[in-house]
Amino acid sequence: MTVNGTAYEHEVEPRLLLVDYLRRVVGLTGTNVGCDSSSCGACTVLVDGESVKACTMLAVQARGRSVTTIEGLGSLGALHPVQAAFQDHHGLQCGFCTPGMVLAAVSLLAENPHPTEEEVRLGLEGNLCRCTGYQNIVKAVLAAARPAEVTA
Amino acid sequence: MSTIDELPASTGVVGTRLKRREDPALLTGEARFVDDLDVAGALHVAIVRSPYAHARIRAVDLSIAAELPGVVAAFSGADLRDEWAGPMPTAWVVTPDMRNPTHLPVAVDTACYAGDAVAVVVGESAFAAKDAADAVVVDYEPLPAVIDLEAALSDRVLVHEELGTNVSYTWELTPDPEGVERAFASAVHHVKERFIQQRLLPSPMEPRGVCVVPQPYGGDVTVYSATQVPHILKIMVGLTLGIPEHSIRVIAPSVGGGFGAKLDVYAEELLCTALARRLGRPVRWTEERSEGAQATIHGRGQIQDIELAADADGRITAVRARIMADMGAYLQLITAGIPLLGAFVYHGSYDVPLYSFHCTGVFTTKTPTDAYRGAGRPEATYAIERAMDALARKVGVDPAEVRHRNFIKADQFPYTSAAGLTFDSGDYDTALERALELANYPDLRLEQQARRERNDPVQLGIGLSSYVEMCGLAPSRVLASLNYTAGGWESATVRVLPTGKVQVVTGTSPHGQGHETSWSMIVADKLGVSPDDVQVLHSDTAISPHGLDTYGSRSLSVGGTALWLATDKVIAKARTIAAHLLEAAEDDLDFAGGAFSVRGTPTASLPLAAVAFEAFTAHNLPDGVEPTLEASMTWDPPNFVFPFGTHVAVVEIDTDTGATRLRRYVAVDDCGNQVNPLIVEGQIHGGIVQGIAQALFEEAVYDPDGNLVTTTLADYLVPSAAEFPGFTLDHTVTPSPTNPMGVKGIGEAGTIAATPAVMNAVVDALSPYGIRDIDMPASPWRVWQAVQAARATGGAR
Amino acid sequence: MIPAPFDYVEAGSADEAVALLGRYGEDAKLLAGGHSLLPLMKLRLASPAVLIDLGRVRDLSFVRDAGDHVAIGALTRHRDVETSALLRSEAPLLAHVAGQVGDPQVRHRGTIGGSLAHGDPASDLPAAALALGATLVARGPSGERRITADDFFRDFLETALAPDEVLTELRVPKQARAAWGWQKLTRRAQDWAIVGVASVRNGTTRVALVNMHTSPVRARAVEEALAGGAPAAEAARRAAEGLSPPSDLNGDVAYRTHLAEVLVTRALTTPGARG
Repeated sequence: MTVNGTAYEHEVEPRLLLVDYLRRVVGLTGTNVGCDSSSCGACTVLVDGESVKACTMLAVQARGRSVTTIEGLGSLGALHPVQAAFQDHHGLQCGFCTPGMVLAAVSLLAENPHPTEEEVRLGLEGNLCRCTGYQNIVKAVLAAARPAEVTA
Repeated sequence: MSTIDELPASTGVVGTRLKRREDPALLTGEARFVDDLDVAGALHVAIVRSPYAHARIRAVDLSIAAELPGVVAAFSGADLRDEWAGPMPTAWVVTPDMRNPTHLPVAVDTACYAGDAVAVVVGESAFAAKDAADAVVVDYEPLPAVIDLEAALSDRVLVHEELGTNVSYTWELTPDPEGVERAFASAVHHVKERFIQQRLLPSPMEPRGVCVVPQPYGGDVTVYSATQVPHILKIMVGLTLGIPEHSIRVIAPSVGGGFGAKLDVYAEELLCTALARRLGRPVRWTEERSEGAQATIHGRGQIQDIELAADADGRITAVRARIMADMGAYLQLITAGIPLLGAFVYHGSYDVPLYSFHCTGVFTTKTPTDAYRGAGRPEATYAIERAMDALARKVGVDPAEVRHRNFIKADQFPYTSAAGLTFDSGDYDTALERALELANYPDLRLEQQARRERNDPVQLGIGLSSYVEMCGLAPSRVLASLNYTAGGWESATVRVLPTGKVQVVTGTSPHGQGHETSWSMIVADKLGVSPDDVQVLHSDTAISPHGLDTYGSRSLSVGGTALWLATDKVIAKARTIAAHLLEAAEDDLDFAGGAFSVRGTPTASLPLAAVAFEAFTAHNLPDGVEPTLEASMTWDPPNFVFPFGTHVAVVEIDTDTGATRLRRYVAVDDCGNQVNPLIVEGQIHGGIVQGIAQALFEEAVYDPDGNLVTTTLADYLVPSAAEFPGFTLDHTVTPSPTNPMGVKGIGEAGTIAATPAVMNAVVDALSPYGIRDIDMPASPWRVWQAVQAARATGGAR
Repeated sequence: MIPAPFDYVEAGSADEAVALLGRYGEDAKLLAGGHSLLPLMKLRLASPAVLIDLGRVRDLSFVRDAGDHVAIGALTRHRDVETSALLRSEAPLLAHVAGQVGDPQVRHRGTIGGSLAHGDPASDLPAAALALGATLVARGPSGERRITADDFFRDFLETALAPDEVLTELRVPKQARAAWGWQKLTRRAQDWAIVGVASVRNGTTRVALVNMHTSPVRARAVEEALAGGAPAAEAARRAAEGLSPPSDLNGDVAYRTHLAEVLVTRALTTPGARG
C-alpha cells in the first residue's frame, strides 16, 4: 500500500489490523488506538481520501490502496489548514484523539465543504474526545471551512 | 513582591488567548505517548484477569501458555509474591482504625473483583502474550459477589474475610451535634433526599500504559508511564518493590488525558518494573479499553442522604449529609479519602450555621473507586444543589430566589464555614444573576408555563447549579489533619541560562492542560522576555526532582505560585548583580521590559541576559553572590482556593419517548484572574461535557454476579459532539487573596457544576407529573418509567 | 483488540467466493466491509478459522437502473447508497437510512450486503429493505436464486443464506412517489437504535421495525390495522403484537413496546422525516 505517498510492501499476519501495521511496521505512531469496539475514532486515517477507522480494517484489506495518516497531512513547519484551525481555536488539549479528529474533519470537509454547525457535530459523531467538550473542535472545523466568517 | 495586577498589561501575554506551544507536535503526530515509544527488545505483558467478582484461586496452570511460541515467561500471583516488599500503596489512611486489606499487584489466594489480576504472561510480542494469556488455565472456586452497598453493609457476605466486616471506616465532621439536632427539631421546612451517585468510568482517550526500561548496570530503572503523578509513582515504586528511590526514574511522556484515572499507582506499573528488573529487559504493557473498564479505577459510587433544615423563608439553618461510599474491592491510592474531599462542601455556596457530615466507606467486589474529575466535590455539589431545588419547591419560591436568600454574601469573605474551612473570596449573587440574564430566564419560565398549560408532550425544564468548589490541593497542614500521607506543596525552579534563554522546571505534570504555555506566559511577563524564549520542563523525575504532580485543580494556584515566587527570587538575585555592575544601589534600580536601569539615568541599563552572562562568567560578581542565575521555590498554599459560578441547563423532554434534548447551556464561572482565557474556556467546556455525561449518558453497570456489563465504549456511553449544543460562557473575576496572582483552579469546576444543573432541569421539566427525582443517567427509558409511574399514581396529567 | 489467528484468502469474484465457501465450510466467514465481523473478532467473540475477503470484487459494487427496480450490488458501501442520485429519487428511504448507519467512517467501509447478510435485528438497513419490499439475490453452487426480504430474515443473526451462498444484489422496486417515514431513537448519534421504524406507503403500507424482535421484522399487525382503515395512532398500538422485543441496558420489553407505538405513529404521520 501507499502511506503518505510512499509505497510499502510487507508480509504480515492476516490478523494484523491496519492501525497496528501503521504504528508498528511502518513506524508512524501518530494514529492512535483508543478503544476496542470501533467507537472512538482515534484511529481514523484516510483511505483513498475517505475517513476510515484503521482499527476496523485489516492491513491486508488496504493492499493497493492509498492511506493518509496524520503525518501525511502537514508538518511542524507547515500545518494543514485544518490543523492550523485546531491550534487557532484550541481544538485540542491532550492531543490523543486529535489525529483522528483532524482527519475525520478533513474527510467531512471534502464531502461537505460548507457545513452548518449541526452538520459538523453530526459529522464527527464517530470521534470521541474527553478533554475539549467539542465546542472548540466544532469552531475549528467551521473556521477551516469558512475562514472569514468565524470570529474567535 | 509584585502581584499580577502590576504586570504590564499592554505588553504582557498573561491574560491573552495565546495559542498553545504544545499543539504542533500533537497535531502532526510527532508527540509520543507511551505506546508510541520505540523501545528495542521490549517484552510485552498480558494479564490474566478474574472473570469472577469473588473467587478463591485454587490453581493457576501456566504450562500450556509457557510453551507457546514467543512466550518468555509466565507467572502466577504466588510466583511473584516475593517481588513485593510492601502491598500496593494507600496514601490516605483516613482514620487510625481504617480497615485496609492487603492488595498485591497480582492476587494470590482470592480474586476480589472481576478484573483482578491473577496471572501474567510475558511475550516477545503483544500477539504472543495475548494468545498465551488465553491459554492460561485458572481453577477458580466462585464465592458470592457483594454488589449492592446496603447489602455489603449487612456483612452477610464478606469481601475480605480477614477484616470481619465490609466497613472500611466511618468518618464524621459534626462540630456541634446538639445544635444540628435542635435545628432539625425546630425546622419549618425539612428537606430529606436520597441520591445515587452512579459509578463512572473516567475514560481518558488514551488507555493506560507503561514501559519500564532497566538501565545497563546498577539496577536502575526508567519507568515510562501514562501517569498524572510521576513523583508519587517514583516513591511508591521504590517502597512497594523495596528498591532504592534514587534508582528509579519516572517519565510521563505525552499523556492522553487523566481525569483522575491516571492519578494512582497501578498493579501494571509495579509489575512491569519488577519484571524488567527480573528479566533484565524492557517490559511494556498497554491497556485494552475493555480491559481498562475493569482494571482502571472507577469514579463516584455513593448513596447520599442529605437533609436541610430551613425556616419559613427557606433560610437554611442546618445541613446534614450521610454518605455510603463504595470503595470497591481494595483501597487504591486515595480511594478512602475521595468522599472526604467533598466532606466540607455539602453546604455548597450557602451561609449555613450548622453542619453535619458522616461517611461510611464500604467494600464491594467491584473495581476500586478513586479520584475522577472533581473527586468528592461533584458528589457534594450534586446533593446540595438538588436539595436546594427541593427546598424551593417546598417553600414555593423560584430556585434562583432560594439561592439568593441563602448565598454567602460578597461582603462576608473571607468566610469561615460551619465545616471549618475559610472560603477565600466570592460573589455568588452576581454570577447567578449574570447566568440568568444570559439564559433569558424569565422568557424560559414563560415558555415553560405555556407548554404546561397546553399539555405539550415536549416539556421544558430549567436547572440551576450555583456551585463553589474547593481546589488547589492543598495546605499540607490540613492534609496532615486529615491523615493524608503526602503534602500539598508545589515546586518550581527558574534559571536564566548564560545566553539569556530561560528554563523553567515545574513539579506539575500536565496531560492536556497546557502548562508549558501558561507557565511560559507567567515567566515571560515577569522577566520581560518572549514566551518563545522560555522552556518549560516537567514530568521527568530526573529533570524535575521535586513535585506533587497534577490533579485537584492545583497546578496553577499552587504550582504557578511556586513559579511566580521563584521568578521573584531570580529577579532579586539579578537585581543584586545588576546593582553591582551598574554601581548603583539596588533600590535605585527599575526592572522593566527585561532590563535593569538606574532610575533617572536611562542610558545606564543592563538587560537580564547580560546579567545572566555575568552570573555565568563570574568575573565581577559581588561578594557573597554565587555564580549562575537561578532560584527555586517550594510553596505550600495557606488555603484551598474556591472557584464558583452558576450554570443554567435548559432541556426539552419528549414525554412520549422519554428522550431529553439539551437545548441550551449557560455557564458563568469565576476562577479569579485568568492567565490564558483560551485554556480556561477549554477546561470549562470539557468539564461541562463530562458533567452532562454523568446526568444523561454514562453508567458503569454491574450484573447481579458482579460482572461489569458496560466494558466497551459501545455500551459505556461517552458522548460525542453530536450530543451537545454549543455552550454560552461568561465569567466574573474575584481574585483569590491566597496567592499573588489571585488565581483559582478551574479544571474540575465544569464537571462539578454541570451534573446537578442538568438533573435539576430534568426534574423541573417533569415536576408537573409530581416527579421529584430520577436516577442518573436520566436515560429515555428511566424518564419514561418515571412518567408512567407518576401517571399510574395519579400525578398531574 | 487482537483477533485470534486465522487464514485469509481473497475472492476475485462472487463465484470464486462460493467455491471457497464450499471448500472451507463452517470454518469460513465472508469479509466485506468488515464492520460487523471485525469488531466481534477483535473482542474474540468470533474466531473463524478462515476469512474470505470479497473486498476486491469490484463488480459487486453498483447502483443501477434496472427498469422497474434499482439494482444495488451487495458490496456497495453505505456512503454510496446514501449519495446515489438514483436511489434518492427512486427509493429515498434507503438512501436516507444508509446515511444514518453508524458514523461517517463506518459508512465509508460498511456494505449493504454485509449488513443484510449479518441479519442483526438492531441494524437499520434490514428494516428499510423490508419496508421497501426488496428482493435479495444470492449465488450458490447451483446458481442464483431470489429471496424476498420477507423470507430472508429468519432468526437472530440467521438469514435464508445457505452457508455456501454469497449475497450479490439487492433489488428495490422503484417507488419515487411513495410516502415514506423513518424514525430512530438512539442514546448517542452513533449508537444502534433503541427502536427504529421504517414505513412505506405505496398503495398499501409496509412497516418494519428495528430492535423489536429476534430478527428484522415487519409490524404485520399494524399493517393489517391500516389496511382495515384504522388511523395511524390506532394502528400503531399494535406495533409489538406477536413480537419479542429484547430487554437490555436501553430498555425493557414494556418500554420498547411503548416506544414502537410512538415511533410507528410518527413514521406514518411525518413523511420523509428523519428520526
